[in-house]
Amino acid sequence: MIMTKTNSKRILRGGFVASTKDDWRRNHQLYILAAPFVVFFSLFTLLPILMAVVLSFTNYNMLEFPAWQGIENYIKMFFDDDVFQMALLNTLKIAVITGPLSYIFCFIMAWLINELSPKLRSFVTLVFYAPALTGNIYFIWQYIFSGDQYGFLNNFLMQNGFVLEPIQWLTDSRYMLTVIMIVQLWASLGISFLSFIAGLQSVDVSMYEAAAIDGIRNRWQEMWYITLPSMKPQLLFGAIMQISGSFSVGDISSSLVGFPSKGYAAHTIVLHITDYGTIRYEMGYACALTVVLFLMMLLFKSVVSRILAKVGE
Amino acid sequence: MVRSNIARKRHHSFLSRAGRKNQTRSVWGNLFIAMLLIIVGAFMALPLVYAILNSFKPIEELFVYPPRFYVKRPVLSNYTMLFKLVNNLMVPFSRYIFNSVMVCIVLTVGQILIASAAAYTVSKYHTKLNWVFHVVVIALLFNGTVLAIPQYIILNSFRLINTPFAYILPSLASALGLFLMKQFIDQVPDALLEAAKIDGANHYQTFWRIIMPSVKPAWLTLLIFSFQAIWSKSGGSIIYNEELKLLPDAISQVISGSLERQGVSVAGSVLLILPPILLFVLSQSNVIETMTSSGIKE
Repeated sequence: MIMTKTNSKRILRGGFVASTKDDWRRNHQLYILAAPFVVFFSLFTLLPILMAVVLSFTNYNMLEFPAWQGIENYIKMFFDDDVFQMALLNTLKIAVITGPLSYIFCFIMAWLINELSPKLRSFVTLVFYAPALTGNIYFIWQYIFSGDQYGFLNNFLMQNGFVLEPIQWLTDSRYMLTVIMIVQLWASLGISFLSFIAGLQSVDVSMYEAAAIDGIRNRWQEMWYITLPSMKPQLLFGAIMQISGSFSVGDISSSLVGFPSKGYAAHTIVLHITDYGTIRYEMGYACALTVVLFLMMLLFKSVVSRILAKVGE
Repeated sequence: MVRSNIARKRHHSFLSRAGRKNQTRSVWGNLFIAMLLIIVGAFMALPLVYAILNSFKPIEELFVYPPRFYVKRPVLSNYTMLFKLVNNLMVPFSRYIFNSVMVCIVLTVGQILIASAAAYTVSKYHTKLNWVFHVVVIALLFNGTVLAIPQYIILNSFRLINTPFAYILPSLASALGLFLMKQFIDQVPDALLEAAKIDGANHYQTFWRIIMPSVKPAWLTLLIFSFQAIWSKSGGSIIYNEELKLLPDAISQVISGSLERQGVSVAGSVLLILPPILLFVLSQSNVIETMTSSGIKE
């Protein structure tokens, strides 16, 4: 029999208690444990988010007091801002393509690494996590995709006769987005990758033994019926981080193809937010952009959670 | 279903694990995977290696055209120059190091403890705080760029601008931390907690003695991630007193400037990523060594 773990199970201690006083007497230790997080989170994350949502309905130049103007920012965004529409399309393209790819990449790499001996495993993990550790070192990619004949890729293509003239990878609007997606994939082995590795470590070995007796024949079946279902919490965590990462591409674009990119061909919503929030000082509009980006991610999150619920069935 | 298998250790050997010997791959399969790991690994390590090599290049090699990957004539001048420059700063360099180390320790430890404690409550019990988890997950999807202004306003209303608390307090409750810890604590069998309760443990004891040891891989992962994020953060606009600024501020002060500082700049960034790498190596070997089954399995 294959054992399944249920993650949503909770210890019920009398369920919801009617009176607050009774609840406190019963659970005060739990409330004390959670209190620091709840206080600091509410004050420095939740409150700023709510303030930003309110600001999205105002005209705020960061000097004068914000002036209420209803949904004008949102109307401007969808009917009067061509650059936003390009940014929206680019962001969606990048997210829809690199999001799932890098998610699967993270999992497969973590899964392969997990088979190695411990010493080797920590070394390989370090090597794979290196792009995330080194932070914003994208300059090597500039060297690879450089538009002249000395650029690594152009040099290779020309020497082997694939092309006759160097390709302008970083300024030609046909290639920019692809280059950014490649670099985004390269940089994607971050926190989800680490959590997958830690999650794989927590899968109970006896489940594999039981599965072998139950007639699980190959590693693919083992992965689908045992490994993935036991890792559902980590899979959800990785998915959320991946959504938030792949919708927030900005730094890669600005450091590779410049900011703003030629003809805004590689403009993303996050860059648009940076533009309005820190360069033009139109904070109200920047907040409205953030709210729209947030709603998009929320939509994708609900789709992804639904797909993840089917894993291992 | 409760089955106890106390302290079952895993025995590792290259490319095979205890209890899985019946699932062996072919030699070609192993070879293919080894090749794949090497190729992907080379791609991943490239920028780090390139940065390290660059830090040993003399100025004329840094600007050689077309760019060259390897070093022809390695020198230490970038590093010696960096040390000379940081010693000439208005504020002693050791002060920046002290600030950074203090902020990093307080925040990393604080983030892990605060997030884990809340995750324990949210993961395992029905209390009036169940909304916290849902709000945290949603908050992770809200891009942080525009939050700097509201955070500044809040810090200012508490008169915290230009104090070390301006670094620490806003980042103390890590949404990512709570989410990560909650997901791992979900997997700790409820039977373990019931056993602890029968033995007379209160919630603090259960959290500290049962939960934290069983989710060690999770908080070691969080440790790496938090430390690295905090270590690379600069003071920004919330601190203007030079004596309170952090290491990245000091480094960016000496490397901003002319093209001549290019080499110093690379040397600076290489030195800055050393502590996170060291911590990574230490904690990763720990993740792997400590994994045993948690005592009771569902």
